[in-house]
Amino acid sequence: MSIPIDVMAPVGRAIRKQPSRRNLELVLLVFAWAVGVLGTLQIGWANGVEPNSQLWITTGVVGMLALVMHGMVRWKARYADPFLLPVATLLTILGLVMIYRLDVAATERAVLNGSPEPTPDAYSQLTWFTVAVILFVSVLFLLRDHRILQRYTYTFGFAGLFLLVLPLAPIIGTTVNGATLWVRLGGFSFQPAELAKILLTIFFAGYLVEKRDSLALVRTKFLGIGFPRLKDLGPIIVAWLVSLGVLVFQRDLGTSLLFFGLFVSMLYIATQRRSWLILGGLMFIVGAVLAYFAFGHVRLRVTVWLDPWTYANDDGYQIVQSLFGLANGGILGAGLGQGFPNLVPFANTDFIVAALGEELGVTGLIAMLLLYAILVERGLRAAVSVRDSFGQLLAAGLSITLALQVFVIIGGVTRLIPLTGLTTPFLSYGGSSLIANWIIVALLLRISDRARRPEVTMPSPDEAVTQVVRRV
Amino acid sequence: MSRPIRRIGFVLGILLVALLVNVTVIQVVLAGDYRDRPGNQRVLLEEYDRERGPILVGSNPVARSKETGDTLKFLRVYSDGPLYAPVTGFYSLVYGATGLERTENRILTGSSSLFVVDRAEQLFAGRQPAGGAVTTTINPRAQKAAFDGLRGKKGAVVAIEPSTGRILASVQFPSFDPNILSSHDPAAIRDYYATLEADPGKPLLNRPIVSLNPPGSTFKIVTAAAALASGRFTPDTVIPGPRTYDLPDSTKKIRNWNGQSCGPGDLVTLRQALAISCNTAFAWLGNQLGADALRTQADLMGFDQSFEIPLRAATSHFPEDPDAPQTAMSAIGQFDVRATALQMAMVGAAVANSGKTMNPYLVQEVRGPDLAILQTTEPSMYEEAMSSMNAAQLTEMLVNVVENGTGSNAQIPGVRVAGKTGTAQTGNDNPAVAWFVAFAPAQSPQVAVAVVVEDAGAAEVSGNQLAAPIARAVIEAVLR
Repeated sequence: MSIPIDVMAPVGRAIRKQPSRRNLELVLLVFAWAVGVLGTLQIGWANGVEPNSQLWITTGVVGMLALVMHGMVRWKARYADPFLLPVATLLTILGLVMIYRLDVAATERAVLNGSPEPTPDAYSQLTWFTVAVILFVSVLFLLRDHRILQRYTYTFGFAGLFLLVLPLAPIIGTTVNGATLWVRLGGFSFQPAELAKILLTIFFAGYLVEKRDSLALVRTKFLGIGFPRLKDLGPIIVAWLVSLGVLVFQRDLGTSLLFFGLFVSMLYIATQRRSWLILGGLMFIVGAVLAYFAFGHVRLRVTVWLDPWTYANDDGYQIVQSLFGLANGGILGAGLGQGFPNLVPFANTDFIVAALGEELGVTGLIAMLLLYAILVERGLRAAVSVRDSFGQLLAAGLSITLALQVFVIIGGVTRLIPLTGLTTPFLSYGGSSLIANWIIVALLLRISDRARRPEVTMPSPDEAVTQVVRRV
Repeated sequence: MSRPIRRIGFVLGILLVALLVNVTVIQVVLAGDYRDRPGNQRVLLEEYDRERGPILVGSNPVARSKETGDTLKFLRVYSDGPLYAPVTGFYSLVYGATGLERTENRILTGSSSLFVVDRAEQLFAGRQPAGGAVTTTINPRAQKAAFDGLRGKKGAVVAIEPSTGRILASVQFPSFDPNILSSHDPAAIRDYYATLEADPGKPLLNRPIVSLNPPGSTFKIVTAAAALASGRFTPDTVIPGPRTYDLPDSTKKIRNWNGQSCGPGDLVTLRQALAISCNTAFAWLGNQLGADALRTQADLMGFDQSFEIPLRAATSHFPEDPDAPQTAMSAIGQFDVRATALQMAMVGAAVANSGKTMNPYLVQEVRGPDLAILQTTEPSMYEEAMSSMNAAQLTEMLVNVVENGTGSNAQIPGVRVAGKTGTAQTGNDNPAVAWFVAFAPAQSPQVAVAVVVEDAGAAEVSGNQLAAPIARAVIEAVLR
């Protein structure tokens, strides 16, 4: 499987030195870490918490984790994109800082009310980050080439589907706030949909590479646009039904939207047929209308979205508090540690963006959105520049999941679209989401490393075996 | 496949722009609107989260913030709530703020631009800004004397330092306890507020500066000033003062309060007419001078002008276009003449201050959280209402009122007090309003005071009986 690069290089051809830009990555990582340290100190100052040894230990641990990831990239993905790791790290650190800030507010409140101090969430989030780093490092170490994943296309597909329906299983499946997307095993609870989105992206990529020729076939033409054959409609219908199933049985609007949007975009990329987008869009509209009339919880979301003020004290409480928080932030924000982000329910998970917007202002929020934009853009860049179709589809798919998830949750929290429960990648409190998103970063780094590697001919490991055979 | 990927990237870019525009609209364009929405606790919490500065009378904080163990970190407490309520107002979770609590809010919360330096420091340190302190012009002894005098009656007292316009007392009865309205218990606040609203004594009305009443005979000070200003009259000019005055173009008559003639041969000097509050003489005088001359004189003393002290006072007014009988009625402070206690105190103060009307004010100083003085109010003149010679003559006439006329109850041994009584009908059924306007000592006035007592009974003597003793008590409190 692992063939040393120089062995594969064509004989007699000088390897052009390509800058790896790992030092740039290191500088950016140090910057991200420094932002976190300053943010933590500011929260302390604003709330009368003196910098203590605990603070230095935790910021130290975060710094170490960042260095470990950087080391692994240097070692195993030397030519990977230099922006992916620092940007994801900065977002994770911002999330940690905000979770810590909400801990401080919760503790303050508990002291005032004389109730026992709550367990701080920042430490468990840091623990999850450590787990995420271990998985990140493992992916980069074990997965030398992303094309290996293609071999297990259907395995990933089934595993993904299995994870998706797991919360419906008796005993271990758990319903939180109306949505059934948790699995509880022992003392741990886990959101399998987060991992499922990666497995299904891999599956979609592998499957579409295989089938794209037939899916791209045009039979009927309508309004100048070629539409696919009826018998090729199977996959999109299955995807549509699965998405509807998630919506019906798990009441999870966000995940449902995410999967269908992802599948249709990847289908379009694989076949280059706009007709798939049109078909997908129509199916989305049909599904949305059906869901609106069939399910009370969907209708409620839309009603609250259109007029949250009428429901300010019940169903619209969250979104109204979120808007109040954002308004309080204004242009420059209340300042870290100086707003009231804890007034928004679920401030450290679904509504962490409202908390950030309140304390960092629209300035901070725009900066944050641009960080996501950089992440997605670098992912798509890797997709465009990698040579194999599977890699292209996979990198594009992973970037699109990230982008759609950010849009759906931030759009919801800021009342651009109806609110759906999704975690905010890297920022939200919660292990499943953090781990899943770091695996995505690892995969994108792996693909971008392959894309930027200086070798001109880098055959796939499978082809390589044949080549060797042929030479013999 | 790179073309569809680029296209998808373009679409994602549009979604990004939508998010960016949306957050900008919310946080920049709509932010103010959201902040003012009912149910937004943040603005309030933010205010309750920091220590609100005190309102001081002398060095005594009559309103200050006390730390609690509550979600709302600070509780507003008023040491002499009902006594200072017309000055401090209240600071309520449910009903917002009134009085200086409202007008000086930016200073008390520390958000005023006066605190730029402090705020920069706080921003740097990331600390919550503390509020500034507001020092009032109130003289606690005068305030107390006025409050004790009014107890059990319905009315208001305003005392002014004539040379500056500083408000030394602003008192009303009935009053209310701002402590309850400023508590953190919404149910108790609503209950108490409902009780106050139902009270016929209207305790929530800022009576000293808002309640408008006909000034009655106290307005004769203005009419006399206009007479002197015309040059046609001196204190010794003899004018007609019969038992009744037939209103021109009308069958109605004006009577004197005791039903008698004001002097032998129905003639009386201007000085004597003022001393015995001769209605017929002043009604005649009003018609001789004309409505314009009366209004000009009244306006120079503050009528038809809204003052912000910084609480907004109601505008006292002189009728716009009265005919002859209405002018005669206006000259004795009836018809549509309306004045606040503040306005009548200003009239007294203008005469006392050699004819110069000063702008009244309630805030002496603004101090930072470190008690450094950031701003001091400088006295300013509103208008030159009289020549100093005329003012001196009118002062002598008013001293005569107290020493030999209707204002005997304002006499203070060893102090020359100038004053004028008044009783006004507020309508057909309404009981009368008793007034007393005074200043002292006449040779170098330190205080001018106006007392108004509503529901006082019909007799002209009520000004002297009900209002004059309160005015005397306030004067004594200031001079002591």
